[in-house]
Amino acid sequence: MSDSIIVEHVSKKFTKQYHRTLKQVTVAMARRQQVSNSFLALDDVSFRVEQGESIGLMGLNGSGKSTLLKLVQGVMSPDTGSVQTRGRISGLIATGAGFHPQLTGRENIYLNAAILGMSEAETNRKFDEITDFADLGDFLDSPVGYYSSGMYARLGFAIAIHVDADIFLADEALSVGDKPFKVKCMKKMKEIRESGVTIFYVSHAASSVEKMCDRVLVLEKGRLGFDGDVKAGIKYLGYDDESEGTDEELGSEV
Amino acid sequence: MTDLLEPAQRPHDAASRAAALAEVPLVSPAPQGGIRGIVKHRYLLRLLVKREVTARYHGSFLGMLWSYINPLTQFLMYIFIFTLLMGRGQQIEHFAIHVFCSIMVVSLFTETISAGTRSIVRNSSLLQKSAMPRETFPFASLLVSVYHLWPEFVILAVALMFTGWAPPLAALGAGLLGYGIIMVFALGLGLMLSVSQVFLRDTGQVVQVVNNFIRFGVPMMYPYSLVAERFHGHTDLYLSNPIAIAVLLVQRCFWVPTTVDQDATIAESMPPHLFERGFIALAGALVLLFIAQKVFTRFENKIPERI
Repeated sequence: MSDSIIVEHVSKKFTKQYHRTLKQVTVAMARRQQVSNSFLALDDVSFRVEQGESIGLMGLNGSGKSTLLKLVQGVMSPDTGSVQTRGRISGLIATGAGFHPQLTGRENIYLNAAILGMSEAETNRKFDEITDFADLGDFLDSPVGYYSSGMYARLGFAIAIHVDADIFLADEALSVGDKPFKVKCMKKMKEIRESGVTIFYVSHAASSVEKMCDRVLVLEKGRLGFDGDVKAGIKYLGYDDESEGTDEELGSEV
Repeated sequence: MTDLLEPAQRPHDAASRAAALAEVPLVSPAPQGGIRGIVKHRYLLRLLVKREVTARYHGSFLGMLWSYINPLTQFLMYIFIFTLLMGRGQQIEHFAIHVFCSIMVVSLFTETISAGTRSIVRNSSLLQKSAMPRETFPFASLLVSVYHLWPEFVILAVALMFTGWAPPLAALGAGLLGYGIIMVFALGLGLMLSVSQVFLRDTGQVVQVVNNFIRFGVPMMYPYSLVAERFHGHTDLYLSNPIAIAVLLVQRCFWVPTTVDQDATIAESMPPHLFERGFIALAGALVLLFIAQKVFTRFENKIPERI
């Protein structure tokens, strides 16, 4: 098996506030306050992922999961270190990105699919599958501005999940849609997994990570705290303690 | 987002995927920018331009008709003001055409740079979610402005028909050169300003102020003969403005052939060495575009975290 994602010594620094007004800067300087304010979102993170592995990326809020995902996706580039990937990247990351409320569902499918990297021919070929999956009925030719929030989200998911990828990233929890739709999504994700696609799945839900993934990475304040077995990772994070409520009770995704 | 395998040969099981990927190199996932990046994503560019064009008049009853009504009313207004009210028409033939063809060039420029400046910030949600070449957005702003030229050309064509416009080859060349200068110049500036707007939101305000100056810094509302007369011997500064040169070239194409004595008009209302100045302006604009691309590449990595 070959490497699918290689992340080497990656760090990423962010500034807390960029756009300061003249007034703010003057006041801060007059009071001799510190003007720069930055923090490390990722701090020397390294790991390798083999083709076909399913990785669960876990961590508390603000631990750097989304930043890491954006670096793997190529939206951001690391300050130091390197990220390398093999093959086409897609996934449940840009669902509904670029949807224009005045365009119809049909027009938005083409636009969003192009944003996700699909060609016109590929979109044509998958169009029926996407519309079946989104289950919009005769709303397909109405502007998406008139869609219910569920329909809007379903359409976004349906497009994203049908992009052929070699690396599939999933950031958004499957928290949209009704139960039948969630079940359908999980089934499709399984299919993707079984076709040898590398999966990079960000989630707080221990049960779905356990179902989906065969390895877990845990980020702690930007550092890679754990890399290994799924059960051990969940335990490391303390998510196995059910005294504070199980996934079921808290209403997490399937 | 790189399309490394043809869709038809995309694998559907683990073994064939591994085999297919063995040939694919490990690369940085960052999008490829520059002209090559845009060419590779031309289908996406087309859809983004289409989105902007259809969204502008969407939901209005008259729809795309508005893109004809706007310039038409403008044109009629110029005829009224300049020909009937101020009496310029008595001194200068077809002054309304002079103004209208100039304003087409100027508004192509101002629209492109003001939309281009805002293009990246306005599409921030897309840029933060998708790894596409970021130059796509300022470039799309230019294409949207160019698309909106067609209704204006239709109205101009009708007006030219009434005047019996029969341009010699040199005039057509002048028109092409003029539009070439303005598009390259606007694209270069748009690229730089779009990235500047990300870091400094004041950019958009500066652009608005500059745009107000541009309208009066080119021979549009007044003929060039006036400039030549008042600034006699000191017109080089005025003519170092590539927008002014582009406007003059376009007038050479549309307005000059409508006058009775074309040679007299050229002698009076066109500066000497207009074509040479045009080629210098085009070369300057190309250099600017090259520098703009370098500046853009230098700063674009910081864009997603700053918007």
